Amino acid sequence: MAWLAKSLNSSLGKKLLMAITGLFLISFLIVHCGLNATIFLNDGGATFNQGAEFMGTNPLIRMMEIVLFAGLLLHIFDGLRLWLDNKKKRPVAYAVVDGSANSKWYSRSMGLLGTLLLLFLIIHLKHFWYFSRLTNDLTEAHTLYNEMQIVFASPVVVAIYVLGCISLGYHLLHGFQSAFQSLGLNHPKYSPTIKWIGVVYSVVISATFASMPIAFYFHLIH
Amino acid sequence: MEGNLNLTLKIWRQKNAQTAGKFETYQVSGISTDMSFLEMIDVLNNRLIQEGDDPVAFDHDCREGICGMCSMYINGRPHGPNRGVTTCQLHMRSFKDGETITVEPWRASAFPVIKDLVVNRSAFDRIIAAGGFISVNTGNAQDANNLPINKDDADDAFAAAACIGCGACVAACKNASAMLFTSAKISQLALLPQGQIEAATRAQAMVAQMDEEGFGACSNTGACEAECPKGISIENIARMNREYFSATFSSK
Repeated sequence: MAWLAKSLNSSLGKKLLMAITGLFLISFLIVHCGLNATIFLNDGGATFNQGAEFMGTNPLIRMMEIVLFAGLLLHIFDGLRLWLDNKKKRPVAYAVVDGSANSKWYSRSMGLLGTLLLLFLIIHLKHFWYFSRLTNDLTEAHTLYNEMQIVFASPVVVAIYVLGCISLGYHLLHGFQSAFQSLGLNHPKYSPTIKWIGVVYSVVISATFASMPIAFYFHLIH
Repeated sequence: MEGNLNLTLKIWRQKNAQTAGKFETYQVSGISTDMSFLEMIDVLNNRLIQEGDDPVAFDHDCREGICGMCSMYINGRPHGPNRGVTTCQLHMRSFKDGETITVEPWRASAFPVIKDLVVNRSAFDRIIAAGGFISVNTGNAQDANNLPINKDDADDAFAAAACIGCGACVAACKNASAMLFTSAKISQLALLPQGQIEAATRAQAMVAQMDEEGFGACSNTGACEAECPKGISIENIARMNREYFSATFSSK
């Protein structure tokens, strides 16, 4: 298997790993966002709590949770490795750089956006994953829906979540189509569609997530 | 003269690879808008020589956009503000009177500065050399069109072969990556039947050499494609990824 390790440690291999883990995380976000969006059914969180209960108890889902964390850690580790490698390649910096003339700012800032996302994720996991998985506070009387109501009563928390979602939106806007390019999937027939889906996906996912803390804070759902 | 430009130039001066460089500021006046950027530097150098100073060293050869030598990073962009041109094809009408222009060499650890604006791009030659040979019959040249080639593939191969190895892709890339260059050199052979026999080993060897030379990885920002004077497409990078990974999994 030395040949595989050699290939995955090449500059192309690191990007392949980034693309595969990135697309895996993208697929997770669809499930996460879809399930959470049931709060907008205005049934007092009944459907949402049912879904959360299933996600927290189904053994297959719990196993996928481990795979998800592994994928996330691999994505972070590989990103960090690429960032460390790449910054060594230009030891003397340019005095003047007109980056906006040839590329989008968010495509050049994936490391920064990823770091902001990681900071947000730590806060987010502490709020809900820690509460539901590692404490015994989750009961019939105090559901995950109730916890969301409590957490999103703070304007600071709501602001952090909205900023997190903006970082996510821009990270996805570049990441989605970039992953396909790294996998070698660039074709005049399909690439325009992939790019279009990437834009729609990024906007819908980040806007839907951002609307949740806002809706709780302003009591728009009940 | 009316219509002529007076400019302030901030040019990177560096004696050799061992010493640290710094910016020097020069004033040039009466620059014709019809001059190329290189001719403007010629005017400056003429004066420096007359004054007994060391002229600014810069690479140039054909001065018609096909040799790829004139590597200058002008006001934050390789080959200056215009798209699809080399520095020799950049004319002074692209600048305004009284403007300050900053000129730097390509910045990459794989392209060490030799002197002033001249960098060593022999890493590109070693990447090409690592690609090795193609197997063709010797003897008399065979008839033209003896080997049927799809027109679209021939066009794509030709478009990839338009790469002049100037290094603007590396200069523009935030990671100093040589992916656009290497992928163009892989593609021009991968698209043609003559290149199929050694395709797998070629992709692996050229990527390995590219990494060894100290070029960065690709962030897919597309800056290389935007700054390439020959309009090489990043579709070639996707093709290189396909070639490399199919070689990884299928080669013995």
